[in-house]
Amino acid sequence: MMNRRAFLKRMAGAAAVTAATALAPNVVFGKSFVGGRASIPLEDDIRWDKAPCRFCGVGCGLLIGVKDGKAVAVKGDPDSPVNKGLACVKGYHSILALYGEDRLTTAYVRRNGRLEPVPIQEALDLVAQKMAETIQEHGKDAVAIYGSGQWTIPDGYVAVKLFKGLIGTNNVEANARLCMASAVVGFLTAFGLDEPMGNYADIDHADVFVLWGNNMAEMHPVLFSRLLEQRQQRPHVTIVELATRVTRTSVAADHTILFKPHTDLAIANAICHEIVRNGWVNEEFLRKHVVFKQGKTNIGYGLEDKFSFKDELTDITWEEFVAYLEDYTPEKVAAMSGVSVEAIQMLAALYGDPNKKVMSFWCMGVNQHVRGTWMNNLIYNIHLLVGKISEPGNSPFSLTGQPSACGTVREVGTLTQRLPGGPVTSEKARQQAAEIWEVPVENIPDKPTYHTVEMFRALDRGEIRFIWIQVTNPMVSLPKLRRYREGALKDGRFVVVSDVYPTPTTEVADVVLPSAMWIEREGFFGNSERRTQHWNQMVDPPGEAMSDTWQLIEVARRLGYEKWFPWSKEEHIQAIWEEYRRFHANPKHNMAPYEELRRRPGIMWPYVDGKETLWRYNAQYDPVAAEHAEDFYFYGKPEGKAWLIFRPYEPPAEAPDEEYPFWLSTGRVLEHWHTGSMTRRIPVLHRAMPHAYVELHPEDARELGIRPGDLVKVISRRGEVVLPASINFRGIPARGQVFVPFFDESMLINEATLDAFCPLSKEPDYKKCAVRIERVAS
Amino acid sequence: MPVKSYLLYPMPERAAELEATLASWPECEVVRAENQDLFILITDTPDEATEKRLEARLRSVEALQCMALVAAFRDPESSSLFEYSGGQTS
Repeated sequence: MMNRRAFLKRMAGAAAVTAATALAPNVVFGKSFVGGRASIPLEDDIRWDKAPCRFCGVGCGLLIGVKDGKAVAVKGDPDSPVNKGLACVKGYHSILALYGEDRLTTAYVRRNGRLEPVPIQEALDLVAQKMAETIQEHGKDAVAIYGSGQWTIPDGYVAVKLFKGLIGTNNVEANARLCMASAVVGFLTAFGLDEPMGNYADIDHADVFVLWGNNMAEMHPVLFSRLLEQRQQRPHVTIVELATRVTRTSVAADHTILFKPHTDLAIANAICHEIVRNGWVNEEFLRKHVVFKQGKTNIGYGLEDKFSFKDELTDITWEEFVAYLEDYTPEKVAAMSGVSVEAIQMLAALYGDPNKKVMSFWCMGVNQHVRGTWMNNLIYNIHLLVGKISEPGNSPFSLTGQPSACGTVREVGTLTQRLPGGPVTSEKARQQAAEIWEVPVENIPDKPTYHTVEMFRALDRGEIRFIWIQVTNPMVSLPKLRRYREGALKDGRFVVVSDVYPTPTTEVADVVLPSAMWIEREGFFGNSERRTQHWNQMVDPPGEAMSDTWQLIEVARRLGYEKWFPWSKEEHIQAIWEEYRRFHANPKHNMAPYEELRRRPGIMWPYVDGKETLWRYNAQYDPVAAEHAEDFYFYGKPEGKAWLIFRPYEPPAEAPDEEYPFWLSTGRVLEHWHTGSMTRRIPVLHRAMPHAYVELHPEDARELGIRPGDLVKVISRRGEVVLPASINFRGIPARGQVFVPFFDESMLINEATLDAFCPLSKEPDYKKCAVRIERVAS
Repeated sequence: MPVKSYLLYPMPERAAELEATLASWPECEVVRAENQDLFILITDTPDEATEKRLEARLRSVEALQCMALVAAFRDPESSSLFEYSGGQTS
């Protein structure tokens, strides 16, 4: 039996390994500090239970130690196939986010301009009253709810049922629109069904990893450690990174290929060009499993209010596709992108080599892009051309940024155009929802209303009068922030915010509701690999804090919808799960039963006859595909074939010019989760990364007379922000570019960003706008 | 009764010397990276006074170029097991 001090030493060692991996991503230690769960029984009375990590979309399994009603320890769950006992620096410190000094423990109502504490039941009365009054005076489309991929599955499900099924508005959106909507539309256009066909086990089979604008070492560190482990065990494994700045991922990559912002569209097509030119196409796969399409071009950027776009995909021939690629010779694309002809040819050769299994990863770099859907399509095009898809190690893999962006937003359907069983435009999906919810089908509107950017524009314009924001912080995360902050503060708007800490979003609230967080309530998340993970309530929430699920139920009951939310506090999560999984009760998406999920460290869907489907569309693994074919069957499309959709290069919405000569890209850092509202309350993480900064290339800094730590003004056509300069620190942008992390609410870089978005997915582009740089002070 | 972990960088060409030095100290467990000159050091001391003496001795090791505290557990008095100050170098 391991004593307590030996256990603490193991914990300290594991934390050091994690820190070392963050500093030097390819470092390898011979000793593991992680043991099997059964091997470390403790002498003391800490009670351990499993939960998925609260932070990113990797979905690491954690074991949480609870003593005397308080979470006191964390370790990676060795039984979790996601992380196999590891965790990153955020995961190891995750429980400290529960115990920040300024945790919201009571509700607040704004009176005479000030937020005053009130009993939560009184605040919930006011929320219901304002909702009812707004609907009566302005119509049902004047109320809205805005959540996130941090919503648990029950939170999102109850929100959709209340707003779409009972109130009768499609004004349901989530922060996930800002991070993976392009991935969703990419999947739907190419395969007809959302989410990756493979899973993380692909990493154990792939020979080549291509990272498309994805700083995995900082954003998905545990998953990245699995890549590094594979390279350690199998030295031929190659990691290639396509990026616009040098990062910690670059330190570990075998090849870092820097490209000019936005030219990834051309690079992907150039790879296709080279695959075709060299005869590396998998002709049999194409003939049996792929059809060729094209969409509209010159599709705009969504900068104007009420922007509207509808794509039309039409058939093209192989010959037409090949002819389109003639615009993307390596020579032409090299001149445009700054990537050498040799680098493009190397990438094409890696994808084209029939003896190499290739995995592509991407996340915000591809998705937060005014042609984000197109970029998703183009990566699929590469994999489809060479037939490297839906089998172990051959896997285009879209990563997510939030813990349940897949489980809640994409699967439950907390987006304006979705229902749990399909799009709102589908009569079949509406009828299914009406049947399960026991409401008239006419209750459920058949047209989407506002996507996220347009929802906040509608709040500004006054079409939306009441908005309830749960578990996200849009007054930090929205682009072109000033317009949407000022819109939320206008007279006649009523803003409700459910959160765990005060944020810039609670500052614009009329009512603040204190939320129970993570292990203070029971819940489910769904991660990037279709894995649903359950956790039990382990500790009590502080004060009057209440789960977002139960807040919604309380308000629904006040609005007269008791019949549809009849569950007891003790059993409501199980009851919601069992009702929700009826939407997916088919072999293409079946979810595991509640008791199985309670018992195991996550289960992937489709869960068919007691088995996870590891690789969808592959007849060896997927019973639906096996009914139709001996090898592959892409059953999301009527013809059972994947769609290879030609997408061209088109210019960005804004590019540097004489007045604003630098590209601005924004993103995250290892230490902080999203807008930092939780991780900045964790002392070690806050001390390690106490504030934002602006990264400059050393030569640009020298020409501007800027030294490390100097205060620098980043100015765009939308706004400006002052930050300390960072030179040769965490990352190094290419010349003519700057990078700013967005986690710091005291240095809001989104004052400067542009609210242009992908016309297909409506996901904004946070990676490209034009700024100028001025030195303010040393 | 602190348990702490650090990342250590040795002076150039002196990794072996650093490893040998620390391995001989009873309060220390040292783990060397297989592919870089980087060490994990785990210290286990019975009280604060011993801990302070050990820290002073560590600072005096000439083969040590840089030391970063990652994790510190003060057992059992602390209300929280975690009292970290990672990322800071000395």
